Amino acid sequence: MEVQLIKIEKRNDVSRSIYFLTPVLAIFLTLLGGGIIFYILGFNPIEALKFFFITPISDLYGLSELLVKATPLCLIAIGLSFCFKSNNWNIGAEGQLIFGGIVGGGVALLFYNHDGFYVLPIIILSGAIGGMLFAMIPAILKTYFNTNEILVSLMLVYVAKLLLDYLVVGPWSNPEGFNFPETRQFSESARMPILFDGLRIHAGIFITLITVFLSWLILYKTYLGFQIKVSGLSLKTAKYAGYKGKTMIIIVFMISGACAGLAGVGEITGPIGQLHRNISPDYGFTAIIVAFLGRLNPVGIIFASLIVALTYLGAETAQIFLQVPKYTGQVFQGMILFFLLGSDYLLFFKIKFLGLKKNEL
Amino acid sequence: MSFDLNFIGILIGAIMASSVPLILAASGELITERSGVLNLGVEGMMIIGAISGFALMVITDNLFLAVIGSMLSGLIISIIFGVLTQSLLTNHVATGLALTIFGIGMSAMIGKNFVGIPGKEFPLLFINLKENFPFLGPILFGHSIILYFAFLLPFLTNYFLKKTKIGLIIRAVGDSPTSASNQGINVTLVRYSCILYGGAMCGLAGAYLSLIYTPQWIENMTGGRGWIALALVVFATWSPIKVLIGALIFGGITILQLHMQAVGLRIPVQLLSALPYIMTIIVLVVISRDSRKIKLNTPTSLGQIFYKEK
Repeated sequence: MEVQLIKIEKRNDVSRSIYFLTPVLAIFLTLLGGGIIFYILGFNPIEALKFFFITPISDLYGLSELLVKATPLCLIAIGLSFCFKSNNWNIGAEGQLIFGGIVGGGVALLFYNHDGFYVLPIIILSGAIGGMLFAMIPAILKTYFNTNEILVSLMLVYVAKLLLDYLVVGPWSNPEGFNFPETRQFSESARMPILFDGLRIHAGIFITLITVFLSWLILYKTYLGFQIKVSGLSLKTAKYAGYKGKTMIIIVFMISGACAGLAGVGEITGPIGQLHRNISPDYGFTAIIVAFLGRLNPVGIIFASLIVALTYLGAETAQIFLQVPKYTGQVFQGMILFFLLGSDYLLFFKIKFLGLKKNEL
Repeated sequence: MSFDLNFIGILIGAIMASSVPLILAASGELITERSGVLNLGVEGMMIIGAISGFALMVITDNLFLAVIGSMLSGLIISIIFGVLTQSLLTNHVATGLALTIFGIGMSAMIGKNFVGIPGKEFPLLFINLKENFPFLGPILFGHSIILYFAFLLPFLTNYFLKKTKIGLIIRAVGDSPTSASNQGINVTLVRYSCILYGGAMCGLAGAYLSLIYTPQWIENMTGGRGWIALALVVFATWSPIKVLIGALIFGGITILQLHMQAVGLRIPVQLLSALPYIMTIIVLVVISRDSRKIKLNTPTSLGQIFYKEK
């Protein structure tokens, strides 16, 4: 007779505690997987993981760097959560970030050597509008031409990167810059205020926190938020209820583009202070992972952005101390998403360990 | 005149060469999508194929092993996608994205020690015939065996999908997994096989880049070709022959912009480099406008999770 040791049952309802516990499980499994990879590469896994996850944040400067990296990640992920919740796959946030940076940077160059409290707000606003407009391209093409938003938003990332490259090499390059591919340093009035002397953490973090609060408000307290959630759960229901699907698609893309644009402008007026070729280490792509890890929930995304920001710092530290390439961070990010998606199985299915009962033996 | 004609022949040959990775990856993905699975990890599987092919070539000094190895590694990494989407029932889009991010990171990690090593010359077939015929020579002869295979593949795929029983089963699974399952077909098994096949083809596409097209390892060397291949499948409305035509068009744009750069036209280089991506968007818009046509050709269950109650 066949004896079943494990039995898999479908759950009738999704348990809320497991819903927020599986991300923790995913992180644990990622650490395990990372340890194995480090072991294969010939490192002491415990030591290597310590360099990766503990060393970078063991001093004040490290903690500030963590927040510097989490600021754009959280902001973009919040925007993406609007898209993902309503089943719109905007995966071109990187392009929207860059385009926001380009527009904001252009305005900053326009106000070069210009003083006044109004300079920075104008730059920030124009960056947000830039990102928003860029995100509207896939949205409009999707709504009016039935075009796949995944592919369009992704193709636009390459277009934005090349546009930035053109601008910093050509018309916008620093006239006294010895032909380096970069613009002038923005003037003081165009820079995000630094919060503490000697650290890089800047006022952009407040923009992120305000956005988190606003998005919580929109998602959970307004009719629009309700519509977004319903459309995500069932498009048919949304149609039946008479929601304007097209308008909603464009709105969620606009929100998410504006957030990515804000992140871009925050980077160039914050830690970078000018435009050059690499204004973002793929924040736009990594933010997709942050959004999922945070369960598309504003508070969850804050925690997730801190954890994923740590993989950036860890990769930098590991590059210095262990001589592994900085791409190790991406391997960890990919693994987090793999394990997270995989462990979602536990949400919908119960695994019972039956054990051997005496009468079965 | 004969010189000009020969030049055009060389140009066409170059266009064919640049379309090979797109044909291979898109043909593989086409089979995967026909079974109802949307794998957005093409770029990741390609780059893994590129580095493993190159690394194996350097280590074993054997091009045959390198090519086989690249296919195997594409296949192995697609197993991750298979287990997640088919056994653990995860979202196809998110899993595919994770695969791409993971693949790019992993390839750079493996490739660290292979940067700057020169590639090996890949044997080209009928090289002596290439010189003998003015126009047709550079088009027909002097290519690698992978190119000939790539140009045969869409026809084989077409025959396979339309005329063989397994092809029929794959289409049935993609169009209606529930009825296929009721007919006693193991949907999960079919989908697993299609995912693995797609992975192997993407691996081969990557190896073509790192072993033949630009024989060296450069981080991120696929440069979005995986995504263009995905767009090609939509462009082709899931028909293998149209994949071939689309890949040649994109190869043509790539070669054309390279030539325009070389001639030194007063157009910014970046605008020319952006052309393939902009063209992809335009083509997608034109193709998708007719939503009926897309609906008619899209595998009905594409990207949907199939779960059979046991």
